[in-house]
Amino acid sequence: MNIRILKALLKKELLLMRRNPFIPKMILAMPVMVMLLLPLVANLDVSKVNVAVVDNDKGMLSRRMVADIDAAGELSVIGVSESFGYGMMLVEKGEADVLLTIPEGFERGILVGDTPKLDLRANGVNATKGMLGSQYAGSSAAATISRYLKGMGMAAETTGPSVVNLFNPTLDFRYFMIPALMVVLIIIICGFLPTLNLVSEKESGTIEAMNVTPVGKFAFVLSKLIPFWAVGLLVVSVGMLVGWLVYGLAPTGSVGLIYLAAVLFALAMSGLGVTIANKSATMLQSIFVMFACIMVFQLMSGLFTPIDSMPEWARVVTYAIPPRYFNEIMRAVYLKGAGSADLAFDFAALGGFAILFCLTAAATYRKQS
Amino acid sequence: MPVNEPIIIADRLTKRFGDFTAVDNISFEVYPGEIFGFLGANGAGKTTAMKMLCGLSRPSAGKAVIVGHDAAADSEGVKRSIGYMSQRFTLYSSLTVGENLELFGSVYGMTAEEFARRRDLLCGELGLDGKLGAMAGSLPPGWRQKLAFAAATIHNPRVLFLDEPTGGVDPVGRRGFWELICKAASEGMTVFVTTHYLDEAEYCDRVSIMVDGKIEALDTPASLKSSLGVSTMDEVFRRVAASASRADN
Repeated sequence: MNIRILKALLKKELLLMRRNPFIPKMILAMPVMVMLLLPLVANLDVSKVNVAVVDNDKGMLSRRMVADIDAAGELSVIGVSESFGYGMMLVEKGEADVLLTIPEGFERGILVGDTPKLDLRANGVNATKGMLGSQYAGSSAAATISRYLKGMGMAAETTGPSVVNLFNPTLDFRYFMIPALMVVLIIIICGFLPTLNLVSEKESGTIEAMNVTPVGKFAFVLSKLIPFWAVGLLVVSVGMLVGWLVYGLAPTGSVGLIYLAAVLFALAMSGLGVTIANKSATMLQSIFVMFACIMVFQLMSGLFTPIDSMPEWARVVTYAIPPRYFNEIMRAVYLKGAGSADLAFDFAALGGFAILFCLTAAATYRKQS
Repeated sequence: MPVNEPIIIADRLTKRFGDFTAVDNISFEVYPGEIFGFLGANGAGKTTAMKMLCGLSRPSAGKAVIVGHDAAADSEGVKRSIGYMSQRFTLYSSLTVGENLELFGSVYGMTAEEFARRRDLLCGELGLDGKLGAMAGSLPPGWRQKLAFAAATIHNPRVLFLDEPTGGVDPVGRRGFWELICKAASEGMTVFVTTHYLDEAEYCDRVSIMVDGKIEALDTPASLKSSLGVSTMDEVFRRVAASASRADN
């Protein structure tokens, strides 16, 4: 490969990038918007669970339970009645996420040592909210009962297991999102912007003007990728900075590992992007293929939904999806402070994909049809 | 006619796309310093044939040798020796005239001094000197054509391939452009040119007429006219291409 030719081509790419009215703005605006806005908006935190209570006992204990639930930060009691029908109506109208029913004689039952049952029903339309909400409400009620029994000088029964969340103690969804968003940014910047750039040269015919010269295919493709690699790493740096300054989230582990993973992942995505460009005749065609890839990458790599909750066959499929490894590395380094030994498998897989996709890209690029 | 070794040799050159034979077993030779006109209706296979000669497209059968390089086996050797100007005057529209020329100069491995000398010479001849800072995309077609010509000849190639170089350019511009072609040929460059304009065929040393992928006639314009007993190339073309079955789009 001729270095002088590569330099001339790089100069051309940088001039074209600078003069493009859209790309430089997009490169700046997209990561900033994604990092500033999305962690706030795309949020699965269960922050405000509305509880309806059907109080058939109407004793001191039941009133305390209602007051304690209402006082809990993430819960709010929106209605107390004696009618189960009214409570269900609140659930059906979508106003209540959880319906707590306190049976008649509950307090008496507790005092005589029976184990009367509270009835908790969750609105499954928003599954996460209903599930977590009923847990919150249940443990709040259990705590109230135990305090009440202690106040009466009686032994409190155990109130079930206590849960401590490791690595993300408050279960803040932003901490889950920020590393994932950087994965998405690299997919777009290092994978798909160069694809569009290459296909646009096909459409305008300039790629033919280059193919009829002695420009080598490696020099030509590298001149397309180097600027986007630089931008991709810049975006990772900006992303880490924003994560730290705005959200107070700094990597627990080594920043060097994050960059190493980012470089490998950028190589893999670029290889994939160039392969798509080589096989596409038009922009529309390449965009459709990219959309298909992005959908699978986002939904199947564990970015937004955990791989562990996928069915067995899908879990097997995720091993063929490169962002899975980068995502795993990002979260492990960021939140758990994992080191290179813990992540050897992920790094090896990511490196393997980088080599595989780059070779495919080189094999499918043809100067001659 | 020059009597030395041919600089372009097409030997039973064929290109098939599936069942369709775009270029069917064509053979001809072009000699150094010649202006070789490559005529044919739309869809006759001119551009496909030219792409094989330039090393952009691999022949299905037969072979092409350009400046001693086999177009299939040593396409990079071919590419170093030729200049190619496409009918779309493909340039980087967001680069200036000067930057486009510099890009092509560097790509052919020219040194800075070589490039500057050649650029000043070409721009002087083409009247591009005042426009070096203008964006290529903002130029009217006539000027874009001149810039594309300058970019294709910046490295002073032995053979210049021109694919319908005068499309979309006004008659004065066309005439001026043919003067450039004739000047380049007189300085020793071999010019292989496809065109639709039959009056332009008169400028060529020899002309071939392609019909449905085959070469149906090949001679000097004067001989073609006299052998068919007609007075213009237009009539020659009508007679030769009368049998064409591929749809003219």
